[in-house]
Amino acid sequence: MTTRARTTGLPGWIFVPATLGAVFVLLPLVAIIARVDWANFVPLITSESSRAALWLSLRTSTVSTVLCVLLGVPMAVVLARTEFRGQGVLRSLVLLPLVLPPVVGGLALLYTFGRRGLLGETFSAWGIEIAFSAAAVVMAQTFVSMPFLVVSLEGALRTAGERYEVVAATLGAGPTTVFRRVTLPLVLPGLLSGAVLAFARALGEFGATVTFAGSLQGTTQTLPSLIYQQRVTDPDAAVALALVLVVVAVVVIGFARQGRGSTR
Amino acid sequence: MRRTALLAAAILLAPALTACGADDEDTTLHVYAAASLTSTFEQVAAVFEEEHDGVDVELSFAGSSDLVSSIREGADADVLASADLATMDEITADGLEAGDPVDFATNTLQIVVPPGNPAGITGFADLAGTDVKLVICAPEVPCGAATRKISENTGVTLSPVSQEQSVADVLGKVTSGEADAGLVYVTDVIAAGDEVEGIELPEAADVVNTYPIVALADSGQDDLAQEFVDLVLGASGQEILAGAGFAPAP
Amino acid sequence: MSLEVSARVVERGVDLSFSVGTGETVAILGPNGAGKSTVLSVLAGLLRPDEGRVVLDGRPLTEVGGGRAAVDVPPHRRGIALLAQDPLLFPHLSALDNVAFGPRSGGASRSESREQASGWLERVAVGHLGDRRPSRLSGGQAQRVAVARALAARPDLLLLDEPMAALDVDVRPALRHTLREVLAERTTVVVTHDVLDALLLADRVVVVEDGTVVEDGASADVLARPRSAFAARLAGLNLLAGRWDDGAVRLGAGAVVQGRVVGPAPAPGDSVLAVFRPTAVSIYREPPHGSPRNVLDTTVTHVEPRGDLIRIRSDLISADVTAQAAAELALVPGDRVVLSVKATEVSVYLH
Repeated sequence: MTTRARTTGLPGWIFVPATLGAVFVLLPLVAIIARVDWANFVPLITSESSRAALWLSLRTSTVSTVLCVLLGVPMAVVLARTEFRGQGVLRSLVLLPLVLPPVVGGLALLYTFGRRGLLGETFSAWGIEIAFSAAAVVMAQTFVSMPFLVVSLEGALRTAGERYEVVAATLGAGPTTVFRRVTLPLVLPGLLSGAVLAFARALGEFGATVTFAGSLQGTTQTLPSLIYQQRVTDPDAAVALALVLVVVAVVVIGFARQGRGSTR
Repeated sequence: MRRTALLAAAILLAPALTACGADDEDTTLHVYAAASLTSTFEQVAAVFEEEHDGVDVELSFAGSSDLVSSIREGADADVLASADLATMDEITADGLEAGDPVDFATNTLQIVVPPGNPAGITGFADLAGTDVKLVICAPEVPCGAATRKISENTGVTLSPVSQEQSVADVLGKVTSGEADAGLVYVTDVIAAGDEVEGIELPEAADVVNTYPIVALADSGQDDLAQEFVDLVLGASGQEILAGAGFAPAP
Repeated sequence: MSLEVSARVVERGVDLSFSVGTGETVAILGPNGAGKSTVLSVLAGLLRPDEGRVVLDGRPLTEVGGGRAAVDVPPHRRGIALLAQDPLLFPHLSALDNVAFGPRSGGASRSESREQASGWLERVAVGHLGDRRPSRLSGGQAQRVAVARALAARPDLLLLDEPMAALDVDVRPALRHTLREVLAERTTVVVTHDVLDALLLADRVVVVEDGTVVEDGASADVLARPRSAFAARLAGLNLLAGRWDDGAVRLGAGAVVQGRVVGPAPAPGDSVLAVFRPTAVSIYREPPHGSPRNVLDTTVTHVEPRGDLIRIRSDLISADVTAQAAAELALVPGDRVVLSVKATEVSVYLH
């Protein structure tokens, strides 16, 4: 169709702040691209430390996204589909990492799973050492990105409503069947976009990771940690890596968009 | 509506505008100092403000390399006190200094361990094993460079579990008990108080970190900047630094 | 009796009981908010009554007394399927897989359930639409698929909640016909507003008003001789309640209505009903003289077209007059009028 419905009643002035907002977000991206030392771009991003950091970032972000799905989906379902005393408070607390400075999140993890932490002593007794390992990176990433998945999925669940689930139950489907064959497929787009958000957040996670897991090439030094470390001594490398991070994030988000579009 | 919006904008922007314009009432001196100088320079600034009526000293603390990059990007700084000579060289290389940088203090590394020293560290050689969770500074930052130098001098290869961006990050991992040992400056150990224990490191005597200070060319308050530098180099400044564990510059 | 229900839901002001025989279809009629949907929710196990019992084929599904639930079978184990006015087909499944959902949940294999599903789609005349996604079905087609889906689950009891309310008027007759076929010999409760549903689908009618059952009887009887204002309105009849006094119905206001007694003769003081069609009512500006008629003084409340007649509604009853007569009288709401109806047009029976 070549004709498009006309937007009604949008005030003309609204385009001014909208444009300003877009420029404000996009201009820094342009500035980064402008700073890239293209002549040395490839060597910069293929150096040993760069490759190690990128690979570690992708691996840990993937694992933490899987963890977010495994733990976050049930959490979102419980929050969206049940009512119990103190649920509002619990929801706020669970979503706290969204507003918490990541460094505080890292400290909190340290005080929980660290060697002298709440659970860490027990873990140590079992011979499990979490700090300074890739597992710690995954935990830090999961901690900060889980709320993104929970929020987006809970919204999708509430929008979808319970009517289909009720119908499924009256057709003889038990709770697990309803969850698997009705609830999940109905909110799949919401789940997918939640997972993508979580992945993107995990990929960019820095504060909690550095605080809880430290930074060591190949083990705990993720791409953001490497960028942070390089920014002073080797700004060209930092800029090149930042661009890689931006591109990976854009590709992931674009991919998810497309996937989402085709399921509609 | 429109008028209140304008008023709100004016109120919001006012401090920024006055900060930019010439201020006859109060003079502000911007001092950029390495993070390890935090407590000492706060004391020095207090003394300076007492001696200079109407002068307000604004301190910015960060890692030396961060300070240098912001000055190179045009930050409004009158004095720079850095934690190593290499970063100061970048300033002089760009010709941003008003006079020659002067060394005003030195600092050496010490081993820092959690209270009670659970891993039983006695010296540098004990840090080599993989069973010791050692946290050091990344080689890109001055404390990391010093660490690497000691390692080269002694031939002891370190296998740290993490290379941190700053002394504070190293200390944080030690105070939390996550790490068995770290390498930081003597002054940091003193500042951390009971949270940690320091272990003498004779090998560090050869790897002294020298702190240079300089008044900056773009200051516009050359005299005042130089007076601040002089205060740091003078008796009262040196006394404050010594109290925090700094050694005098040779 | 196959289904026995008694339920009290305080919050919704519902307190009623009724039963449904094996293979019987019962229509629950009543105005909005009377508690019809509440009854369905209690039956389906979606709402626990404050007190009550639901027993299906001798199997207790709900038993609540004194605030404690002795029995409360979850919805998926009740063998009760629910068809709402919105078909609610699962949007991510094809029509065939929607219908196969019930058999599949019941443990049948994928191919077996699909086979059954395609049989049910044939029975409701949409066998050719099995591959379609719900978004590509018309309202009527979707509701047929929903019927097939409910039946494919092989429920012991089928609940229909205004199954045609959301459909275009012109597709209702065909679906009603299909429902009439598939509901035969099937224990069903259908909630409806539509008198045709009650007449064509149901064997029996239960009229619910203000949370209680006000009428319960064979569909034709209830519609021919309504005992409740709602049933009378559904049947398009005027209904006046009063007491039998001196061979006539004495209304509360003091007016008296004469009529033919139908059924057992009432005794003086008995509560009786006078029922007559609106077309039997004549309207006058002034009280008529001459033959002794039933005469009622009242005020016009509505004037509206009804087919080729004009319906004049008043505080008490309605009158259907020709457009010409209405024009001559030039009535508007608020006019005082005198309504009269011949005694031979009035049926009188015990309440």
